[in-house]
Amino acid sequence: MVRFMETSYAPINRSAYRLAAEATDAFEGARSTVQRFINAPKAHEVIFTKNASEALNLVAHSWGRANLAHGDVVVLTHMEHHANIVPWHMLAAELGIELRWVPLTTDGQLDLTDLPALLDGAKAFSFTAMSNVLGTITPVRQLCRAAHDAGAVAIIDACQYVPHNITDVQAWDADFIAFSSHKLCGPSGIGVLWGREALLDAMPPFLGGGNMIADVRLDGFTTAELPAKFEAGTPPIIEAIGMGAAVDFLQCLGMHNVRQHEIDISAYALKSLTERFGDDITIHGPTNVEVRGATFSFAFRGIHPHDLSQVLDQRNVCVRAGHHCAKPLMRILGAPATARASFYLYNDEHEVDVLADALDSATDIFGF
Amino acid sequence: MPGLEDLYREIILDHYRTPRNRGELAPPAAHAVGHNPLCGDEIEVYLDVADGMVNDIKVGGQGCSISQSSASMMTQAVKGKSLEEVRALVHRFRSMMSIEELDESAAEVKLGDLEALQGVVKFPVRIKCAVLAWNTLTEALTQTAP
Repeated sequence: MVRFMETSYAPINRSAYRLAAEATDAFEGARSTVQRFINAPKAHEVIFTKNASEALNLVAHSWGRANLAHGDVVVLTHMEHHANIVPWHMLAAELGIELRWVPLTTDGQLDLTDLPALLDGAKAFSFTAMSNVLGTITPVRQLCRAAHDAGAVAIIDACQYVPHNITDVQAWDADFIAFSSHKLCGPSGIGVLWGREALLDAMPPFLGGGNMIADVRLDGFTTAELPAKFEAGTPPIIEAIGMGAAVDFLQCLGMHNVRQHEIDISAYALKSLTERFGDDITIHGPTNVEVRGATFSFAFRGIHPHDLSQVLDQRNVCVRAGHHCAKPLMRILGAPATARASFYLYNDEHEVDVLADALDSATDIFGF
Repeated sequence: MPGLEDLYREIILDHYRTPRNRGELAPPAAHAVGHNPLCGDEIEVYLDVADGMVNDIKVGGQGCSISQSSASMMTQAVKGKSLEEVRALVHRFRSMMSIEELDESAAEVKLGDLEALQGVVKFPVRIKCAVLAWNTLTEALTQTAP
């Protein structure tokens, strides 16, 4: 990003000068990098957005309004992030669509017992590939198949999944996926919507303005081809290049290595924290590391997550405390807030021990 | 970095462990609910006001040690006070939390135990925890306004 800002920073897609051409090449290069990263058939199916939330809003707003009417059904799950709930609530208020919910099992996986009935007559099934609260990895391929069997499109909130696993939209047979850059070591301010070309082509534009038009007259406009059709205005150029660099970095490490590292650290964390603290710690989500990532929401000795995170911060341990933008799930868990420790490629087993020691120090203050 | 001893004073932990004036008051007591949407903390304030005096106050809800102890201490501080005194106290507390410029006329208002929450100012993220109950009290007061 710094090199680009120092040597090639110019507006893209509009000017003939050399600097602008370099910028356009770099921007489109980032798009191709992302395309390969998720095994998308075509680069122009990769739409740059502000974040994953905007990507999901784009689908709900553009695809939803064009394809849904009063009484139509959209199926979601109980473990969704607000980004995959609120846009559908907004659509429900506007169009009168019906929302149905896939419930959870006691160990924090999707309870698929009644899935065929829930999907019966549904137009869309929008679900997370990995819970940002529980760490649960959902059976995406199976869920896409179930959606298609019911005649519904499969929309995947892959924001938590993509940074931690090999993503292959063709193997999933997905219709749309959304994810963001900031969770995969990249800059904030940019996310991605990938969609099937045929679906994107048939959708009306989302935001209007520069770059997204083929022609504008006093009596109307025609839209540009993909991906420009969904990228109104000057895009986050620097951020796209930063995201491309982050993806290159992850590709160099190998996503299978990233995933294996998280399996190893998850197994160690689950074992060591439960051995050390027993019933004093409640770790939400699956105990089987094959179906979870290294994201651990937990309750500890009745200490409020805020207080816990404050004490851990003194030990330079950063955990998020709160509802993690998933309030419906928190209500189901019966916890208004949890502390969440997230391990990634830069953490090792020693840091699990540092967390455990820091948790003990919280007891010194709140030990009652 | 300020130390945790500035934040978690013993009196704060005492009010957290043993909150005072927990409960509800039946209508026509004023009732307000305050949320901290970022963290999920929730405070309910019930206020029984007659003849310009706070006869009784109860609080409910859940949250962290700072929000709960602030609520508990607040109930003790406002019970039996006139509405005028309560408003001055709210202002004095908010100015201690550095979110209001202190009006000189309120400089003499005594905070008592509430001064233990002074250390919260050193942890700016937690200021919203400390003022949640007070904002909810202010909301309840608007319902009692003549």
